[in-house]
Amino acid sequence: MSAKSSQKLAMVFIWGSGVITVLILFLIIGYVLARGLPAFSFDFLFTAPQGGLSGEGGISTAIVTTIYLVLLTLAILLVPGIGAAIYLSEYAKDNWLTRIIRYGVDTLAGVPSIVFGLFGFVLFVTALHFRFSLLSGALTLVCLLLPTLIRTSEEAIKAVPRSHREGALALGATKWQTILHVVLPSALPGIVTGIILCIGRIVGETASLYVTMGGSAAMPTSLFSGGRTLSLHLFYLAMETRAFEKAMATGAVLIITILIINTIINWISHRFQARVLRGA
Amino acid sequence: MSRYFVDRNAKYLVLICATASFIILAAIAIFTLREGLPAFQQVGWLRFIFGTEWRPSLDKFGILPMIVGSLAVTLGGMILAIPLGIGCAVLLAEVAPHRVRQLLRPAVEILVGIPSVVYGLVGMLLIVPLIRDIGGTGYSIAAGALVLTAMVLPTVISISEDSIRAVPRRYKEGALALGANHWQTIWHVLIPAARSGILAGIILGMGRAIGEAMAMIMVTGNAVQIPNSPLDPTRTLAGGIAVEINYASGLHENALFAIGVVLFVLIMIINSIAMVAMRRGRQAQDVC
Repeated sequence: MSAKSSQKLAMVFIWGSGVITVLILFLIIGYVLARGLPAFSFDFLFTAPQGGLSGEGGISTAIVTTIYLVLLTLAILLVPGIGAAIYLSEYAKDNWLTRIIRYGVDTLAGVPSIVFGLFGFVLFVTALHFRFSLLSGALTLVCLLLPTLIRTSEEAIKAVPRSHREGALALGATKWQTILHVVLPSALPGIVTGIILCIGRIVGETASLYVTMGGSAAMPTSLFSGGRTLSLHLFYLAMETRAFEKAMATGAVLIITILIINTIINWISHRFQARVLRGA
Repeated sequence: MSRYFVDRNAKYLVLICATASFIILAAIAIFTLREGLPAFQQVGWLRFIFGTEWRPSLDKFGILPMIVGSLAVTLGGMILAIPLGIGCAVLLAEVAPHRVRQLLRPAVEILVGIPSVVYGLVGMLLIVPLIRDIGGTGYSIAAGALVLTAMVLPTVISISEDSIRAVPRRYKEGALALGANHWQTIWHVLIPAARSGILAGIILGMGRAIGEAMAMIMVTGNAVQIPNSPLDPTRTLAGGIAVEINYASGLHENALFAIGVVLFVLIMIINSIAMVAMRRGRQAQDVC
């Protein structure tokens, strides 16, 4: 085969794999929306699940649980996550301690979510007596998401130009004042992107929550109530009640949420890049 | 409180934050092992891992069928995801014009964000019936593999793309100057130079596949048996934990934690290999 015709064949394959990837995405989104939207209505969003065999009712409690879980998880996650990112980008020297910290972050990022679930089950649900609850679920998610937030925040902080720091230090600010009043504000768009990424992961997470949140369909009333997020609700609908139409409608809500989240992330990072290019 | 006092102590505060990940990792290892140990001891390490019978009611705990199931769906998924992923990575890094790239990259990012239960649901309602037409119930290794293909594709694509991009420009310029065409340059120069990174992407994708629980529960049928064909149902390690954890107690519960230990060790090995591959890739490019 001549060089020219092998190149042609290869390009067909390369473009073909791109097309297939996009097709897979369109197939999933299209299928879920096409089958989910007919069962989707104002009532569906705002009534509670009735729990019957055909999955009667809506998803209001699942939406509320998801929002509570997102807020609770972020409230616990933000300080240690961003704090760790500050240490790694501003303070860490190239020594054994930094290597251990990095090893911890990298390895934790790869641990399967069901193993986090087992851990949360022993520590939070059983040993600390938080029971199957929002709190147990949120604490488990904090462990799961720490590496994600650390990595994205560290990238954002590292992208802040040296000159910003030098300017602040030259004006007599301490290192911590520089970090707090100069570095973090400049890195904010990147950090916010990381936070939104975490929100997406919380919304999509099931395995670890399946083991730590119980799965009650009732409206949560305290930190210690059990509950089910949208993703968990979808799983129960599909596997236990076999109410596929309702599951698809829940899936449609999830897909739309993810699309919105991705749009926001892209919007922020475009604006951020534009600002960096202008040299602001 | 003077600002110098704050400045001196802030460092230790963020240091504590930074060590949290390692502490959590250690705690996960300790807790899972402590809960799993009774099962290993009572059943015996070898009989637990190589036993072929899983009957919790008879206190028989052998997880070989689940190990085989996990490997089967993972390898099946990778067979399709590797060529597709590398093809897509080459397209993004080398071939596609700016416009196409701007469409394709968000598509890959959305694939990462779609919840695993949505993959599972689409698998149940779209892929399982298709496989049922070929034979069996449809809930099968093949269904699991196809769902995993879509789920690991973004991992393979993004890490491979980064490593192809990281190949120094002069490699490409050298090859083109010697008269190689674009494809010859990609195949003989760029891909070999980026192979460590591509390998890392593949291995990390495998890690993601082995750890997936919910989507696998939904499409593999969850029968604990050594499969004979891709159309047979199977149960994976991660899926096996999730299926039974909510009603297990006593030795049964210990056995599920022991599966968690096996999974944890497997992932540690896989990720260490990926990290070494990535480091080697970076060193190779630094030297040249």
